[in-house]
Order: sequence, then C-alpha cells, then structure tokens
Amino acid sequence: MALLEIRGLAAEVEGKPILRGVDLSLPEGEVHAIMGPNGSGKSTLAYVLAGREGYHVSAGSVRFDGEDLLAMDPEARAAAGLFLAFQYPVELPGVGNANFLRTALNAVRRARAEPEIDAMKFLKEARAALKRLSMSEEMLKRNVNVGFSGGEKKRNEIFQMALLRPRLAILDETDSGLDIDALKIVANGVNALRGEKFSALVITHYQRLLDHIVPDKVHVLSEGRIVRSGGPELALSLEESGYAGLVAEAAA
Amino acid sequence: MSATLRETGENFSARYHGLAPRLPGPPDLRRRAADWFDRHGLPDTRDESWRFTSLRPLAGIVFSRAEDQDDTAPSLLARLPPTEAPLLVFTQGRMRADLSRFPAGGRAGISVASFANEPSFGNVPDSETEPLSALNTMLAEDGARIAVAPSADGGTLVLLHLASGNAEHPPAFHPRHQIRLGAGARLTLIEIALGTSIYLHNPLTEVVLAEQAELLHLRLQDESAAAFHLGSLHVALGPGSAYESVALVRGARLARSELTAAIVGEGARFALHAAQILGGEQLADITTVVRHLAPGASSRQSIRNVLTERAHGVFQGRIAVDRIAQKTDGYQMNKALLLSEEAQINSKPELEIFADDVKCSHGATVGALDPNQLFYLQSRGVPKAEARAILVAAFLGEMLEAIPHSWGRSVLEGAVQSWWKDRPV
Repeated sequence: MALLEIRGLAAEVEGKPILRGVDLSLPEGEVHAIMGPNGSGKSTLAYVLAGREGYHVSAGSVRFDGEDLLAMDPEARAAAGLFLAFQYPVELPGVGNANFLRTALNAVRRARAEPEIDAMKFLKEARAALKRLSMSEEMLKRNVNVGFSGGEKKRNEIFQMALLRPRLAILDETDSGLDIDALKIVANGVNALRGEKFSALVITHYQRLLDHIVPDKVHVLSEGRIVRSGGPELALSLEESGYAGLVAEAAA
Repeated sequence: MSATLRETGENFSARYHGLAPRLPGPPDLRRRAADWFDRHGLPDTRDESWRFTSLRPLAGIVFSRAEDQDDTAPSLLARLPPTEAPLLVFTQGRMRADLSRFPAGGRAGISVASFANEPSFGNVPDSETEPLSALNTMLAEDGARIAVAPSADGGTLVLLHLASGNAEHPPAFHPRHQIRLGAGARLTLIEIALGTSIYLHNPLTEVVLAEQAELLHLRLQDESAAAFHLGSLHVALGPGSAYESVALVRGARLARSELTAAIVGEGARFALHAAQILGGEQLADITTVVRHLAPGASSRQSIRNVLTERAHGVFQGRIAVDRIAQKTDGYQMNKALLLSEEAQINSKPELEIFADDVKCSHGATVGALDPNQLFYLQSRGVPKAEARAILVAAFLGEMLEAIPHSWGRSVLEGAVQSWWKDRPV
C-alpha cells in the first residue's frame, strides 16, 4: 500500500464544494507534483490533509501509512510524520523561533515515544541545518516569521521541515513570490531529504519549481478533481499549452 | 442584597469598637476612619468607582479577627523557588520573626521593623475616607516598616504574605506596610501573597521615594481561589525618583488592587506593568490613579488581562495632570485576551489634564486567540493545549522577560506556567 492513499475525497468550505472526488496514491519515497489553475482546490487539498478547521470532508477517505488520517488532530498528523509548508506562513509575535522549533521537535518526539532533546543539542542540530540551507543563524533569535520577508518566511518553512524530518511533506505553493536564489534554497532543502523514507506532494501553479525538484509524477487538479496524471514531461507540456486545453479535454 | 453586605460592613465596625482600646498607635485617625466606615460601610455598585466590581460575594460572611494558630505557612513557603535573599514573612497579617530572615544588621543601610512595635500611619491621602483604606486604617494591627538609608543600596527584600484561611470562621487581616527610600537609595522589593481556604486580606502599603530613589517592586498576588483580596498601594515619588512595578494577579475569588501614585517631584518616572490571569468565577480589578503634580515626569501603565471560563477583569485608570505639571508624558494601555465566550473585561480610562504642554495617551484592545496561529503550532506537532499556553505566554512574555531580577522573574514566570495546570482547555 502507498504511504498516502486518497480515495474519492470531497470537501467543502462554508458549504461550498471545493474538492469533488480526489483520487491519489503516493508511494513511499516518491515526490509528486500537483498542478492546476487558480481555484482548482490545490490549497484546500493541502489544508484538508493537514487538518485545518473549517474544511468539511463530505466524502471519501485518506489513509496515511494505513491509518485514517482524517480522524487525527493536526498535531497527531504532524507526529505521524506529516508536514505542511504553508503558502502563507503565520507570524507568532512574542514566540522565539528557536524555542518554537525546539517545542515542536520535542512535541513530535514525545508523541513518537522518543527522548526529548536538550537546548544544547538542539542548537547544534539547528545550526547545522541552517548551514546546509545557506541561512543565517540570526533566524533562530527572531520571533517566528515576525518581520520576515516573503522569501525568509518560505525558507523558515523549509528549515522547520529539515529539523522535523517528516515522512510526507506537503509544499503549498512554496515557490510563489520567491526569486531564483530563494527557489534554489527551497529546492535544495527538499532534495536533501529525498530518499526511501521521504515523500512529498509539491503543490505549484508553475513549472519553474519542478526544474529544481524533479517529480516522479505530475497530477493536474481541476475543479476539485485530478483530471490528468503523468510523468515530469506533463508539467513541461502544461507550460507550453496552458491548463485550458487540458481542462476542456477533461470536461469533454 | 445591600442588607447583607451592610451586615458584613457592620461586623467590621463592631470589631473596631470592641478592639479600639487595645489597637496600637495614635487613635485619632482610626476613630475618623471608623466614623466614616460606620456611616458608609462597604461600597456597592452604585458607587461610580465600584460600578464594575460588586462586593456581593462578601455579603453575609462574618469575618473574624485573625488569631495566631497552627498554620500552613511551611507548605506555602515550599511553593517558592529557593532564595538566599532576606525574607519578611507574615501569616494572617502578622509578622513572623520565627519564619523570617532579616537583612544582616546595618548592612546596606536597610532597616526593618514591625507596625505592631512601631505603629505609625504614615502620610497616606484620604486613608480614612476611601473604603479599602479606611477599613485598613480602622483595623490595622501589624505590618512591615522598611527603610533604606539615603544613598544605600538595599539589595533585594522578599515580603511574603501567607494566609491560612478557614471556611467556617474566615479571618480578616489588615496589615499596614510602609516602605521608605531615602535620597538616592535603591531597593528591589518582591511581594508575594499566597494562601489557603477563605479569608480577607486587606493590606495598605505606603511607598515613599525621596529624591533620586529607585524602587523595583515585583508583586505576585496568588491568594487562595476562595479568598478575598482588597488592597491599596500608595506611592509618593520625589524629584527624579523612579518607581517600576511588575505585578501579576492570578489568585483570589474577588480581588481589587488599588494604586495611587502621587508624582510630587520633577522628572520622576512611574511605570506599572500588570497582568491579571483569571479563570472560573474570578473577578479581579486594578484601579489606578496617577497624579502628575510636578513638571517633566513620566508615567507608563501597561495592563494585560488573560481571561477564561467566566472570569471578569476590570481596569480603571485615571491620569490627572495638574496645571503645573508641564511636559508630562503619560501613557496607559489595557489589553485583554478572552479565552472563552463567557469571560468579560471592563476598561475605563480617564484623563484629566489641566496643563497645556503634555503628551498623554491611552488605549484598549480586546481579542481572542488567533485560530491561524493555533493551527500553525498544531501543524508542527504542538498539542492544542500547549499551543494555547504558548500564545498566552507570548501575550505576557514582553512584560515578564523585561523583569531585571532573575529570581523575581522566575517566580512570576512560574506562576504563569503553573496557571495552565489547573485549567481544562
């Protein structure tokens, strides 16, 4: 069985149907891209998987490593190894980034019955991760995302991912608003984790990120359904012909 | 309703009339306070300054004079982190030499005495005509008298108010404290009130700062959840002096903390950073009056409320700027975080400005925890209850982190952290 099995998933927000039967299977160790036009339901899918309030699942199921993901609290999903890199990372005034990350790391470790790590060891790991990601140590001293530029916020998401080492990362338009250098840092962060025990759903509107994170498979989401799946070449053909043709084809 | 509250007041008057010949110190002021109290009794919500804070929970309770008794002082003491600092311990409003650790004789120019041995009512304005002050003036039997000599650094002194209450015969005590700093003197005073069961703690504290004196005043009010705290603090600031206070209110079923500051010296600085963290049926009220009576002084008041369940927070803050107090810089902010539907906050700022060249501002905010912030923390694996605690700590963090005294900071931070242990989320 695949690490993530989504079957017939339908979800609505404030009574409005957004997902209308998503089927997707993500085997462990693979990276899949989800592309699609604005309003197709990409971010809704990310939030439903992460367990955000206000997203009502009306049909379907999601299995994560065989478990019923939809029955779990957001924090339990994180402990099980799911990580959402936010499209709009949230600012937490008064909460130091280092403390936040250590709290998160230890919460996840506790839930997995692993020993907590102390402040010294945490700092060592955090510094090493920052170095690998070409980020400044200054990041640790600041309040979470407060006063960060758009690019810094996205890089902070990748930094958190590097420390939390999820089994499944969902990147929700992490590439939006990034310049090419920041884009490479983000891509390197994901590529560094790639391996048998790491899977990712990369949600993006553009082909650009997929030049740097080459996916095993590409799915096209339109009007709440996956209308086409294929290899990396699908992203390239979308770049040339746009979504319009595909969407028309799916409707036919 | 007022009949039974009146009975509670009459009971205090009767106690005064029974004890009067034996009460320490000059009798005149007490008599005037008692006359006033006989006529007015405890205030009700028709009194404008008590509009939001009803003393009705006191109605029908017959408080008795606090007797010396076997108490829970040692177990209350054990709640605090260890400290080497000098410690003045009061139980039921009486100084306990046996539990205290007095400052080394003559060292640092700090001297300590008790009101019982050296009774003096000091110079507190209206202390016989304001309800809480009058109640104290009428019935005070003991208290701390702390003095720091001019130019001396008094170091740190911990003032502990411990109370063993009694549900059947609740005691009431009315300690009268006085803290005087001579010119250029310094002191860090850490006041902590802890207790068990039902009682009424009605302290009156007078702080007098001579020219250039500096007091750091850290306070934790963590009275028993069934107790009543009705306290008043009166600060007089001389020229160039500085009063800085960080105060945390988390205890008592009903609490009113009055603070009046008289800025009589040019260029003095007054700062109050206070927080009320309340749950259950608690009501806590901070009422301040800051009088600018000299030019070029500053006053800063920053109040934070964290309210859950059916808790009720009140902040009333008046800044009065006298005609001669030009170049006054006054600031007041009251922020509330409401963690439940039923929690409520009342905020009443008042500015009375009679000088024309002043800078005075006030503001208030009310809000709930941000669901986006909560989800962000949860999505990183932090359980919801812990996520809420983190966001509340962040709301209070600025105030606590700035405390320039590590033991005092740890006491206040510990009180915020442990608050969550008793709370269902």
